[in-house]
Amino acid sequence: MTDVILEVRDITKTFPGVKALDAVSFDIRPGEVHALVGENGAGKSTLMKTLAGLHQPDGGEILYMGKPITVAGPLEARQEGILLIHQELSLSPELSVAENIYLGAWPTNRFGVLKKRELRQNSAKALKALGCGFGPDVRVGTLSVAMQQMVEIARAEAFRANVVIFDEPTASLTDNEKDQLFQTIRNLKSKGVGIVYISHKMDEIFDITDRITVLRDGQVQGTVDTAGTDLNQITRMMIGRTLDNYFVKAKAEFGEEVLRVEGLSNKGLFRDVSFSVRQGEVLGLYGLVGAGRSEVVETIFGVRKADGGKLWWNGAEIPLPTPRQSIDMGMALVPESRKEQGLVLMMGGRENTSLPHLQLFSSGSIMDKKKELETYRKYQEALAIKTTGPDQAVSQLSGGNQQKFVLAKWLCANPKLIILDEPTRGIDVGSKSAIHELIAELAEKGLAVIVISSEMPEVLGVSHRVLTMSEGAVVAAFEGDGLTEENLIDAVSHQPASVAAE
Amino acid sequence: MQDALKGLLRRHGLIVAFMVFLAGVALNTDAFLSAGNILDVLRQVSITGMMAVGVTFVVLTGRLDLSVGSMLTLLTVIVVDQHNQSGPLMAMIITLAAGCALGAINGVLVGYIGLNSLIVTLAMLSFLQGLVLFYSGGSNVNITNAQDTWFAVFGRASLFGIPVPVVMFLAAAAVAAFVLKFTTFGRQIYGVGGNETASVFSGIDSRRAVFWTYVISGLTTGLAAIIMGSRVMGAQNTIGQGYELTVLAGIILGGTSLLGGSGSIGRTVLGIAMLGFIQNGLLLLGFPYYVQWLVTWAVIIIAVWIDLGAKRGRIFA
Amino acid sequence: MTDATTTSSQSTSPFGSVIQWLLRNHIWVFLALTIVVFSLASPYFLTVKNMSNILTQGAFIGILAIGMTMVMIDGEIDLSVGAILALACALSIGLQPVIGSWPAVFVGLLSGAALGFVNGTLVALSGMHSFIVTLGALIGIRGLVFVYTGENALMVEDFAYTEIAEVYLGPLSLTAMLFIALALFFQWILSSTRHGRETYAVGDNIEAAHDAGINVKRHKIINFTLCGTLAAVCGILLSMRLGTAEPNAGKVWELWTIIAVVLGGTRLQGGYGSMWMTIGGVFTLAVLRNGLRLLNTPNYVELMVMGAVLILALVLDKALNHRGDH
Repeated sequence: MTDVILEVRDITKTFPGVKALDAVSFDIRPGEVHALVGENGAGKSTLMKTLAGLHQPDGGEILYMGKPITVAGPLEARQEGILLIHQELSLSPELSVAENIYLGAWPTNRFGVLKKRELRQNSAKALKALGCGFGPDVRVGTLSVAMQQMVEIARAEAFRANVVIFDEPTASLTDNEKDQLFQTIRNLKSKGVGIVYISHKMDEIFDITDRITVLRDGQVQGTVDTAGTDLNQITRMMIGRTLDNYFVKAKAEFGEEVLRVEGLSNKGLFRDVSFSVRQGEVLGLYGLVGAGRSEVVETIFGVRKADGGKLWWNGAEIPLPTPRQSIDMGMALVPESRKEQGLVLMMGGRENTSLPHLQLFSSGSIMDKKKELETYRKYQEALAIKTTGPDQAVSQLSGGNQQKFVLAKWLCANPKLIILDEPTRGIDVGSKSAIHELIAELAEKGLAVIVISSEMPEVLGVSHRVLTMSEGAVVAAFEGDGLTEENLIDAVSHQPASVAAE
Repeated sequence: MQDALKGLLRRHGLIVAFMVFLAGVALNTDAFLSAGNILDVLRQVSITGMMAVGVTFVVLTGRLDLSVGSMLTLLTVIVVDQHNQSGPLMAMIITLAAGCALGAINGVLVGYIGLNSLIVTLAMLSFLQGLVLFYSGGSNVNITNAQDTWFAVFGRASLFGIPVPVVMFLAAAAVAAFVLKFTTFGRQIYGVGGNETASVFSGIDSRRAVFWTYVISGLTTGLAAIIMGSRVMGAQNTIGQGYELTVLAGIILGGTSLLGGSGSIGRTVLGIAMLGFIQNGLLLLGFPYYVQWLVTWAVIIIAVWIDLGAKRGRIFA
Repeated sequence: MTDATTTSSQSTSPFGSVIQWLLRNHIWVFLALTIVVFSLASPYFLTVKNMSNILTQGAFIGILAIGMTMVMIDGEIDLSVGAILALACALSIGLQPVIGSWPAVFVGLLSGAALGFVNGTLVALSGMHSFIVTLGALIGIRGLVFVYTGENALMVEDFAYTEIAEVYLGPLSLTAMLFIALALFFQWILSSTRHGRETYAVGDNIEAAHDAGINVKRHKIINFTLCGTLAAVCGILLSMRLGTAEPNAGKVWELWTIIAVVLGGTRLQGGYGSMWMTIGGVFTLAVLRNGLRLLNTPNYVELMVMGAVLILALVLDKALNHRGDH
């Protein structure tokens, strides 16, 4: 037995166009909690998926208990004792707790008949070891998210896992539930299990972990002992580049207020959100995934129904609009998921561009295809979108070109306010900077712009003012000299005052 | 050259196979490709074709309509009965209005309330069958003055040598193709079927769009009922039984996806016509009529599989 | 973990679990209501003889519904059961003079299993929607029936064969007994075997099932094969009961079967349902039909009530069950 359970040596993984992992090495010792941190796209999820058998590496090797192994798939990983607890839980809600713990590996006799008693007893044992308050017979669908997570963790007990990987485990947990989870993690730790902990929340990282490995652009920036480091050092390692020459910020010349919301609430998603945005202003909205940022803008746009709140448009109070009304007023929303919310993938660029404004491209309900084509050409050229033609299905385009069509479909109607939700997620560097330049250009033309982003350099680089959100509430606002990484990290790493008071 | 042929086969394999079939039958029979026989086939498929035109709208949004068979029965009974009571013109107006109204009920349940379309229209299938018996009192209805009503035009007459039902079918198909291709409503339907969420994010009222597709489906079923009533000059209580499946088979065979967003009226017309020619060709070759069902089975599976395989880039899932 | 204890105590207290069971099996409440209403409305309804009739009448659709339930929990559908039934019916009668009664029955069963296997394999290998695959099969298998029977009804020659169906155990006919036995057996399969639990896992969360190492394709093929075999069982029982094989036997029965299963509460999208629900749905359908006939209502009422009830069930399901989903 060595003092290292799992060691990753020079793992490389390339996806078309991106080197997701570039000679990554790190190791996990028994009884330690090892944090994996980095910005979105730094390679954390690829690394953990490789460990869990969901990806096969292109190069390098994985040593488990000192011996090189190949993790063929998730089931093999689980049987070896490597367990991934994914942010989106992989459970069957209709099955019982016990059946979910042993999903696909139920104890049966020769004829495939379940050994129910064995299943229940083993599960009960695992649940008890974790101190769970529910029994093995409860249907998983009736449990809260935190309890469902415990079901997945119980797999660690049941399969005697040596390595457990947690991916953003606290994303949808309350404070109490988080304490409970940390207790469980310490419990596993004391049994000699090696734990990989992936999170954006720095206070948690410093609370629970022993070592921290920082990833950036697919490379390991270094591994440090948690006790011997501080937030500043980790942040520097995560960002590691100068922001000034990378982003273009629009001139700060603001006009009239375009949109103001007060006390906007949506049960279970966010509450009491108030802000305003002016002509020529770029307002950033920063927060962790699940903080409620997308839900706020989707509610303003009208795709979600609000539970309360007021909205002013160009200075006049109006009832909360439907999407159609929002669009006709001059609001545009580039949504978070371009494949699910932004584009009709089987349509071409031409038809996608005109989709929100069919009345502008028609007379008497008959489509004016000439006008449609001209507009398509104009934006395809202006945004330098690479396609083989106006009717090439956008599903065949790269992420960057797809995103440009989402922009085209909103820009062609000359909006007064454009909301960009994660506008550069998953696209190449070239398209990324083109979109950043476009944001500045639009603001200088007098549009009001709201940018949502999980990438700190981006949100700092393009915005005049940044609101930070945490757990469904706006917790802080920064502008001018206050726009620093430290401030943002600090603001989102803590509980919002209103929640803490509850 | 070989690549071009491969590409042609992959993209239009269905049409190529169909042409081969046509050629094969034509070589073995004299009458098959004569103008008379072709018109005959088109006349036979005009009722299912008319219905398929409307149902295509529903399928393009990713929904189903299984109620059109029962609806055809009911509307045929209505048109025949009203013909006796209120005269042909009134009968047609009432029939079309009833078709739209029944479609609207489906539309409210599926579009606005958001219930599963398969079950809703299945329930409607049963409900309408009951309504037929209620309306007709269980007996067949016949047009009393069959010899001297101009109503016979729709089922039996010809216009410039082309049967009137064929003209109606092709005219309806042309209008529908125009609506789908050139109007904002058509664009909305493809949007909703292709990606409902993205369409809602683009300000399209998907519930309203779905609602109207069912009304259209009801309307074309009304038109089909007029052809049926005129052709038969009467209506039995089971006259439309099973039509919903034939209609869907034609639409699927044409290559319109049940998932929505991809397909066209042209494809539907092709699919329906293929079903008609397969039936006719096999009969001319001397096979009993039920052999067409076996061939239809094979053709549906092969056609959809090839279509899917081409989109996916490999044959097996 | 205070929430945890409350939830688990809720589901273990007898009262709470009865409420929960009823919420998930509301069909039984509905069945009880219809029985009460018809008992009050007609003196002929609640008699042993009539109950026996209902059981037998319901059993045919019921046997089809068992297979349909398996397939539907998987998130698939089988439209070809009516046609498979007709083929098995025809083969089991038509082959009797050639190979004898029991071998003919065996061939009938085999034909159902084989066609179910074909459906399942096509769904699994092609990735086509099962609606399309089995719609094709519905049309084609009916063609096979006609090819075999040549449009004519086949008559049984050995009348001992039709007496098999006349075996009664008290008020239970052979068909009814077989249905109940099969339903209980498949409920056991669903609740107590690996295959049964896989069915829920696959229909519920196919990604999670696949990641857990379940062979989803093989699994679906098995369920389609079971569904086809059960359709054949139904066809053979029909042949014993009627003594003839009509080429149009079982037409639109697939629709009634789907209605019965959905009425019971099994979800079309998969992952949710049970044989208990299906038994409830099957008998509700049978009671409605029987009761309405006893009341001498014209048969259109039955069809209209069925349509209305189905939509009502759908609305109820949306209101009751979808609360917790989001």
